[in-house]
Amino acid sequence: MSLLDVQGLGISFGGLKAVNDVSFKVSPGEIVSVIGPNGAGKTTLFNMISGVYQPGRGSVSLNGTEVTGVAPNRLAEMGLSRTFQNLQIFQEMTVLDNVLAGYHLSERGSVWADLLSLPGMKRRAAEARAGARKLLERVRLDKAAEQVAGNLSYGALKRLEIARALALNPKILLLDEPAAGCNAVETEEIDHLIAELAASGIAILLVEHDMKLVMRISNHIVVLDHGEKIAEGDPATVSRDPAVIAAYLGTEEEEPAHADG
Amino acid sequence: MTGRNKWISLGVLAVLIALLPLFFPSGYYYRVGALIFVNALSVVGLVILIGYAGQISLGHAGFAGIGAYACALAPEHLGLHPALALVLGAVVSGVMAALIGKPILRLKGYYLAVATLGFGILVSMVLTNERALTGGPDGMNVADLGLRSLLRDMGWRLSGGEFWYMICGVVLLVGAWLALNLFDSPSGRAMRALHGSEVAASTVGVDVPRQKLRAFVISAVYASVAGSLLALQNGYITPDVAGFMHSVEMVTMAVLGGVGSVLGATFGAAILTLLPQVLTVFAEYEQLVLGLVMVLVMIFLPQGLLPSIARRLKGRDE
Repeated sequence: MSLLDVQGLGISFGGLKAVNDVSFKVSPGEIVSVIGPNGAGKTTLFNMISGVYQPGRGSVSLNGTEVTGVAPNRLAEMGLSRTFQNLQIFQEMTVLDNVLAGYHLSERGSVWADLLSLPGMKRRAAEARAGARKLLERVRLDKAAEQVAGNLSYGALKRLEIARALALNPKILLLDEPAAGCNAVETEEIDHLIAELAASGIAILLVEHDMKLVMRISNHIVVLDHGEKIAEGDPATVSRDPAVIAAYLGTEEEEPAHADG
Repeated sequence: MTGRNKWISLGVLAVLIALLPLFFPSGYYYRVGALIFVNALSVVGLVILIGYAGQISLGHAGFAGIGAYACALAPEHLGLHPALALVLGAVVSGVMAALIGKPILRLKGYYLAVATLGFGILVSMVLTNERALTGGPDGMNVADLGLRSLLRDMGWRLSGGEFWYMICGVVLLVGAWLALNLFDSPSGRAMRALHGSEVAASTVGVDVPRQKLRAFVISAVYASVAGSLLALQNGYITPDVAGFMHSVEMVTMAVLGGVGSVLGATFGAAILTLLPQVLTVFAEYEQLVLGLVMVLVMIFLPQGLLPSIARRLKGRDE
């Protein structure tokens, strides 16, 4: 059974259909990429799936439960985690605290335990801290653990967001342009990391502009243009699809045709 | 902040509280010290609300008013012991904060500032206008805590100033300890996370409205206890305690000292409580000098006094 099932999802801003009638599925261990030109609606789609935006039409199901428009923190409890295209780092907090925030669901308890620093809270926080340090090692940020996050480089912050998203121990991970602004070496590292995560059974939904990366690691690709799904399939099929080539290169005859559709 | 930093902050605070009286030229300064601690207590509450959770309130004097008048009214009308009246005031403030916080914490930035401002003004108007109950603008007497005479019977003679210096110092230490515990706890991290990015905080599972409300309620209880202590030590209270200027004073102390840090907030409270005492020589220009100090600090040390100084010292070491 698919873990994430998106059916006919759509949203309009003003009169503009930013996303319209998009459907696809993601299974555990599968890497599904959403690609498309700038402004195609990829991030908007992500925001609807992760509960940041209320979808206007369609439905989202997670593990068989309908979760359309459910708040992000409830989705997090159900195993959905994400990163952001425009970084959403807790800038004033240390790198370690950023990842610890990702452990919120496993370390939270009563507010009294927190105020009085009771042993139960300390134990949960210590477990979270041990996990967070491991995750920081995994994304090679362990040496920066005590630094204020705002001081890190862009590439490092991208990795920090992935570590924070992994701290939730998600069943499905939504990555919004994880390799944007990263150099070739960093991109390759992210490539390996994503493949590893998928191999461990996590479902991955990826938005990425780096076509080489997408073609290399995706099991399935969904192509958006002007908010609509214009093609989907495995990397080889999608890369040969004339509508996809047209969307990316822009041929004069075909552009209006699928803009209408 | 790591666990070590917490104990350093508390240690510094405890040593200062214990040793300062050695430098007091007269008994009067115990009174000033106790006032500093009371102000610092409500400012530590604001550090949780503003510094941790990033929410503003211009109405927290309202909660100080509830705490103060609980200590004035409950012993008289309900026959409660003043110490229990303080607890009652804290509970009422907490419940009140939960009730009004729920709708108004949806607001952001200056909208929230105006809404909290409204609450503060409301409390202050009730206290001023319900003459039959509160004595109106003239204020009312507050029953004695009774603890000092108890200590005297046990053979420990303390002046009023000494007694309140001690009580307020201990309560401030407890308040600072709780706030520092919270900083490095799951709730504290959730508050600081939503301060940084609400959307990211909610995607890691933080119930953002709930955590905001927590910070609001906790800070209201701090203000309430501070108001109670003020009423009890003065033996008298007027509606000024709930007034708008008192709210502004609290926020200014927090921002001046450094709103992210418990120690900084205490420092800010100390400076703004002491300045008027020092400035009595320039009585006519007191407000002017105060205003000028604040403007200069905000321009040159926007992080607040203590964090800016700490950063500068650190920079020199490296």
